[in-house]
Amino acid sequence: MLLSLQGVRRTFGGLAAVDGVSLEVGTGEVHGLIGPNGAGKTTLLNLVSGLIPPTSGAIVLDGERIDGLASHVIAARGITRTYQNIRLFPALTAADNVLVGAHLKRHAPLWRRMAFLPSAATEERAAREAAVALLERVGMSERAHERASNLSYGEQRRVEIARALASSPRVMLLDEPTAGMNPGEVTAIADLIRGVARAGHSVLLVEHNVKLVMAVCDRITVLDFGKVIADGTPAEVGRDPAVIAAYLGGEAAA
Amino acid sequence: MTSSALQDLWLTYQSTVAFIGLNGLLALSVYTTLSCGQLSLAQAAFMAIGAYASAILTFHSGLPFVVNLAVATLLPALVSVPLGLPVLRLKGVFLAIATIGFGEVVRIFFVNLDYTNGALGLTAVPQRTSIWMIYAALGAALFVLWRIRGSRAGYALEAIREDEPAARTMGIDAARYKLAMLALGAAFAGLAGALEAHYTYMVSPSTYSFTRVVDMLVYAVVGGTSVFYGPVVGAAFLTALPEVLREISARVGLAPGPLRLFVNGAVLLVVILFLPEGISSLPRRIRDRLRARREAHAA
Repeated sequence: MLLSLQGVRRTFGGLAAVDGVSLEVGTGEVHGLIGPNGAGKTTLLNLVSGLIPPTSGAIVLDGERIDGLASHVIAARGITRTYQNIRLFPALTAADNVLVGAHLKRHAPLWRRMAFLPSAATEERAAREAAVALLERVGMSERAHERASNLSYGEQRRVEIARALASSPRVMLLDEPTAGMNPGEVTAIADLIRGVARAGHSVLLVEHNVKLVMAVCDRITVLDFGKVIADGTPAEVGRDPAVIAAYLGGEAAA
Repeated sequence: MTSSALQDLWLTYQSTVAFIGLNGLLALSVYTTLSCGQLSLAQAAFMAIGAYASAILTFHSGLPFVVNLAVATLLPALVSVPLGLPVLRLKGVFLAIATIGFGEVVRIFFVNLDYTNGALGLTAVPQRTSIWMIYAALGAALFVLWRIRGSRAGYALEAIREDEPAARTMGIDAARYKLAMLALGAAFAGLAGALEAHYTYMVSPSTYSFTRVVDMLVYAVVGGTSVFYGPVVGAAFLTALPEVLREISARVGLAPGPLRLFVNGAVLLVVILFLPEGISSLPRRIRDRLRARREAHAA
């Protein structure tokens, strides 16, 4: 398994936000993470990306433990993410945001730029072209030179996905990538996620749009109150009585 | 204008020209750490370390001045590393307080150091600094900051300033970049300190007090920190202003001292209220305003 979580637990004060979660994500797999509000989905992504360390348990990437490492080290190992509340760099343009995302892939010693070596200019041009190409892939190339703070909500989410892709991560963590998007945009994101997985990146997807999750995920883990209550293929999870009670219950009763 | 009149003008204002360059370099040293969102107020201490180191070398070694300057540039940068490792974990006002503390420790150390005459400091430091050296140093600092902008490192710094945790999840080692910029700012301050000491003939602890850092910060804020040359514009403006005011106060019969403080304060207030990106943003703002007016006419 590429990414595996083993009994991961995180407490805040007396509350266990994530309580002994185990799950596995294979290479090129889209793994859905669903559950009611407050189930611990975003906390789990924060643990995997190193924003906060787990209280106990192990997070293993490709055979090596990464739990407790600094977030920039975890990124260098190949895990990048987007944020539920969008954290683009507002004063930078869309293209520059993606360029920052490519930080790990760029090899551009500063002294070359200081010495005006042509190799520095070539590298910069290539990096910028790659950034615009990624924006093209998320359908944002016409807005490449717009400040991030001037973009609409849906546009910002797409730029954030391009930024997370820019380092060619092994695993991409997406935190509600379609929140605030219209149905047409959601379809485009679904195609994008599938394309990303086909290209060999694994995706751990937190999403409230059940239709999207069912359509794009290979496997789904359902959380409730920080615990795994179901795990399996979309079809299996969809007919699991515990899931229907905890999560889909409201709709089923109505 | 005859050549002797030009010469008189130069003799009158050459020290102003020198101080515009020195203050510009000091303003850049504050800007350098600010460029990744860190407010370090230890710059006067770095300046003191550079000034004392170079003066001691001038008195006790036969080394060429350029070597003294190199030592004065590198030593504060080295000192900033053990300071930065613990202190850069702090943010915002806590970092400011910790660096003020370091500044006071360094100042009081020199006040109590008998080797350099304590509070009196070193006097009769030979004048070795020429104005072209000050401007060469300023030019070098501007060059470095200009080339960092738009580089991989430059984007990393902007990302850290905008949202440090998000920058770190892009793989940016924020602690390393912040430390590097603290060291670079310390190097600029040390170089300015050494150049100033060999221009004004003296090194004394009172020159490197907290008010000196406030001056540097005001230069940067008035000039603007959204572009790398903004702090130099601010330093030039605020250093030249007293000369203009002296002429005015002599004509209207006012004491120049209080007028200067009043005008400095007023300039700072006006800039913060009406030009938050500093006076270096003025040309761009005028251009934007004119374009908006043209478009309004066209519509």
